[in-house]
Amino acid sequence: MKKKVLSLLLATTMTAGLLAGCGSSDAATSTTDSAPAKTEAKDDVTADTTDATASAGTTEQGKIVNIYCWNDEFKSRYEAYAADLADTHGVEVNFVIVANENNAYQNNLDAALMAQETAAADDKVDVFLIEADYATKYTKSQFALDVVNDIGLTEADLAGQYQYTKDIVTVDGVQKGTTWQATPGLFAYRRSIAKEVLGTDDPVEVQAALSNWENFDATAAKVNEAGYFMLSGYDDSYRTFSNNVSAPWVDGTKIQIDDNMMKWVEQTKNYTDLGYNNKTTLWAPEWSADQGPAGKVFGFFYSTWGINFTLLGNSLADASAEAAVGNGIYGDYGVCEGPQPYYWGGTWICAAQGTDNIPFIKDMMYRLTCDAETMKQITLDTQDYTNNEAAMNEIANSDYASDFLGGQNHIALFAEAAKKIDMSNISDYDQGLNEAFQQSFHEYFEGNVDMDTALENFYTSAVEKYPELTK
Amino acid sequence: MSASQKKKKTVSYNKWGYIFLLPFFLIYCVFSLVPMLSTFYYSFFENYMSGLNTIGPNFVGFDNFIKLFTEADLLKYLENTVIMWLLGFIPQIAVSLMLAAWFTNNRLKLKASGFFKTVIYMPNLIMASAFSMLFFALFSNNGPINMLLMDAGVIEEPIHYMSSTWGARGLIALMNFLMWFGNTTILLMAGMMGIDPSLFEAAEVDGATSSQVFRTITMPLLKPILAYVMVTSLIGGLQMFDLPQILTNGKGGPDRTTMTLIMYLNNHLFSKNYGMAGALSVIIFIVTGALSVLVFKMLTSQREER
Repeated sequence: MKKKVLSLLLATTMTAGLLAGCGSSDAATSTTDSAPAKTEAKDDVTADTTDATASAGTTEQGKIVNIYCWNDEFKSRYEAYAADLADTHGVEVNFVIVANENNAYQNNLDAALMAQETAAADDKVDVFLIEADYATKYTKSQFALDVVNDIGLTEADLAGQYQYTKDIVTVDGVQKGTTWQATPGLFAYRRSIAKEVLGTDDPVEVQAALSNWENFDATAAKVNEAGYFMLSGYDDSYRTFSNNVSAPWVDGTKIQIDDNMMKWVEQTKNYTDLGYNNKTTLWAPEWSADQGPAGKVFGFFYSTWGINFTLLGNSLADASAEAAVGNGIYGDYGVCEGPQPYYWGGTWICAAQGTDNIPFIKDMMYRLTCDAETMKQITLDTQDYTNNEAAMNEIANSDYASDFLGGQNHIALFAEAAKKIDMSNISDYDQGLNEAFQQSFHEYFEGNVDMDTALENFYTSAVEKYPELTK
Repeated sequence: MSASQKKKKTVSYNKWGYIFLLPFFLIYCVFSLVPMLSTFYYSFFENYMSGLNTIGPNFVGFDNFIKLFTEADLLKYLENTVIMWLLGFIPQIAVSLMLAAWFTNNRLKLKASGFFKTVIYMPNLIMASAFSMLFFALFSNNGPINMLLMDAGVIEEPIHYMSSTWGARGLIALMNFLMWFGNTTILLMAGMMGIDPSLFEAAEVDGATSSQVFRTITMPLLKPILAYVMVTSLIGGLQMFDLPQILTNGKGGPDRTTMTLIMYLNNHLFSKNYGMAGALSVIIFIVTGALSVLVFKMLTSQREER
């Protein structure tokens, strides 16, 4: 009898043990849920829009600020210029970094935002960053808070920012995000190659040789004759075409392909067949290498962040050594406007609905996106182009010179280009569709498929990404 | 203890068998059966995310299935999967049979067979993703394989392996082959060692050549194990995912010719299109089940005829 009881006991413990393994995570979360339940209830009240600003100064903040982003660019900005705010507010900042590719960042963020209401206070999304390619998806939702009424920045605080950076995140007159950078694009060329091929490296004269697409093609031919590549790969000129379309990617739910997009296809196919490019793809290691000391590429289309963040890093021979003339091809790049004005990227900071750190977010947003002094300092330190018209014009008109660009004042060119940015044709789907379009046509450029198949593949992968869209 | 108690005890042993089996059935029900049935159920709904809004679930009957067969290239992906599986499986079964025959052959008495058995099994221990990354690096356009061939003067321009259909499919098949031939060899060896050695001795005495022994003794008696290897490999092959996914960065390129069924399923799940993904899962389930039964029947019915 004893044995029977014992074996029964063993059997039940075994079963229980097996099941416990599966159930334990539930149990764990339920206990953590119940503990901060009170604070959560309080949060819900404070997060309810208007209450938030009224009680912002007095309510106690959550201890953890979760910031969702896709690379360490914002993290480095934050750490260099706003890290002291964490101590002032007694919070700890936690960066959740998920790469952008294949909508991974958005999918992760969406899941987190969906769970926002039930998440424990310290696990809630407090701040998330968005990119121009999908900004509207979030600004149209309730998840992004109004930076004026909810967060407490004043109109005067935001007055210095470029109008387009505000327009893009404004829905029905409510501004839902704010950015520290404006992202006009330029063409960065190798001075040494320009001297050899065009006989000059002066930005004005180089610009004359690239001022429109015919000139650009003609220069490409010369560059090719001299044994260099005009562009590195298939995607380099993409943004100059995709930013100058006549209509957004999607009309209702119907995907429309603009004529200008097909011009990109045509040009890139020509360049590939004629050997004007080095057949790389965006962000590939070969593409990065082309920007470095061993590169044989004439130039790259890059916007502001690309020049100080990506191009500078890639140009160095020794990444761990100091970035200065003599390290790799530091100093061998120059910039000019290129054949068509365009922009590329841009990162907006949004406060998430349900955050318990509004005072901290307000101070951080102010410091990084409104404070003229800080923003001027960012530009002087990092050569990034910051979102303060007055401060940028001041630098543009000064004798500022970038060592990296061979002593050129590129801020002056950016200041001109920034005025021309037009973001009226963006849609919620730009990220996924741009990516799918580039990828589908890579195979056309490689010669694996004909143009119709590439288009067909584009539609297939577009519908896979966005089931609601139609051909 | 009295005799009656003893008697009772022996009877109750049976019960424990079922009780100890219970955990398996419980877990199977909770984690396999219920999700499977709910997948069937949800495959009849339109249910996806549009931006941050959830669409559905709305009941749409067989719409998802119809869409998969008419609008999507489902058959193309099935074809891709089967081709890549066969490309890897045919050399795999041939090499495995040969190795297993050698290792179990008493006349050959191979030296250090334990060492070789370990070595051929090794690739299976590497994570598929790591293996895939390794091949991606080796066969990239500026990778070591191209450099080696160019230095040796075999080719002049680097070969773009990933850009050609058969290059990419070949690489995936090669990886599948390398990863699984060791495992198959071990299984077949177990089967061959289970064959009564007196049969081999009798054949030897009768003067049969080793190929005759292989054809008329080893192969027929190996059928049950062979059926098992075929069916498991078929199921594994139809569910091929990690190797092509990582080698082609989830694109199934070139021209979606290395896109397998599960990669396609993954694309739907990634964009949170649950209805369509459910329908696709159901189709994969039916196809896998049907093919498994077919293969099993083919192999076992032949045995009965003999």
